[in-house]
Amino acid sequence: MADAEKTIEIEVLRYRPEQDREPVVQTYQVPFTDDTSVLQGLQYIKDYLDGTVSFRWSCRMAICGSCGMMIDGKPKLSCKTFLREYYPGKLRVEALSHFPIERDLVVGIDDFIGKLESIKPYIIPREARTLEQGEYLQTPAQRDQYEQFSSCINCLLCYAACPQYGLNPGFIGPAALALLHRYNADSRDEGWEARREVVNAEDGVWRCMLVGYCSEVCPKAVDPAHAINQNKVNSTLDYFGVLKFLLPKGAAK
Amino acid sequence: MSARKPYVRPMAGWWRRNPVFMRYMVREASAVFLAIYAVSLLVGVFRLSQGAAAYDAWLAALRNPLAIFFHGIALLAVGYHAYTWWKVMPKTLPMLHVGGRRIPEITLSAVGWAAWLAASLIVYALVRGL
Repeated sequence: MADAEKTIEIEVLRYRPEQDREPVVQTYQVPFTDDTSVLQGLQYIKDYLDGTVSFRWSCRMAICGSCGMMIDGKPKLSCKTFLREYYPGKLRVEALSHFPIERDLVVGIDDFIGKLESIKPYIIPREARTLEQGEYLQTPAQRDQYEQFSSCINCLLCYAACPQYGLNPGFIGPAALALLHRYNADSRDEGWEARREVVNAEDGVWRCMLVGYCSEVCPKAVDPAHAINQNKVNSTLDYFGVLKFLLPKGAAK
Repeated sequence: MSARKPYVRPMAGWWRRNPVFMRYMVREASAVFLAIYAVSLLVGVFRLSQGAAAYDAWLAALRNPLAIFFHGIALLAVGYHAYTWWKVMPKTLPMLHVGGRRIPEITLSAVGWAAWLAASLIVYALVRGL
């Protein structure tokens, strides 16, 4: 590390299921430079100060979506957040809100994985094209309708930003609904019928109260709040039986 | 045997944890003033149906300092509510494109704010007989 090395205090909310009844705060002094991320700070702790601290990470460059955590109370990717932003103060890292803590900064995401499956995150054509019919064609304008929603990396910052999910864990939630919309909005997909129950359910789009924080914290500009709230309109039109006349692809299956 | 013992954190006081949640609660609470104002207005319509004397009594009641105080607060609350309503409105619309470019959310909100201001001024002018 460079000569101009400074030291910052990192508070980590620890939870060791075999010994702790509830989470406790543990403090570490971590040397850092201008380009040290919070994730690198945690890696320093694990390598040099306390090997028992647990956290998830993989790519270090905001692609894999593994290292989301609460940093000073805000859901952030720790690889994309830098220690210098908190200096000369200290910072506190905590497992993502609204998820059960498995250990230290590691949360259980089984609930989300189940919800992700439930929205059928794949293209459902009315009739699969044969090889002779060739590929599915799409214009750039048609691609624009879903591209931003396809940028989701399942980091779950949006769930940690959503008080509705914290209060009603049954809520299908921002990322799953954004991905649902990613497929519904795809001109190659005709799966509204297969996904409508998830959208229209009490725990579907209607559980959203448009706090809007999910879209603010999203590191990939997916804007889940937009996906959810335009589907409130779709859900209403579907209820009155007029949606099938309005879908750009013609009748919904 | 599984050693898992997941810890679920309580949600009590969740809206005090983040200024974003505080603003959300203020936004939602501001609708209460709107509702009370609407009820008061409906009472006025009802009193009008009962004749001139009843309507005048309702008007007199509105001149009570408490009523004026409430309407001052309600005006602020409804103003904030309308501001936030237009701010989130673009989230409910499909993606809109003009000339191949997507219309930014802030433009859609700004159109709403302008329409709201214009409508308010027109109503004010009509009521004042300008």
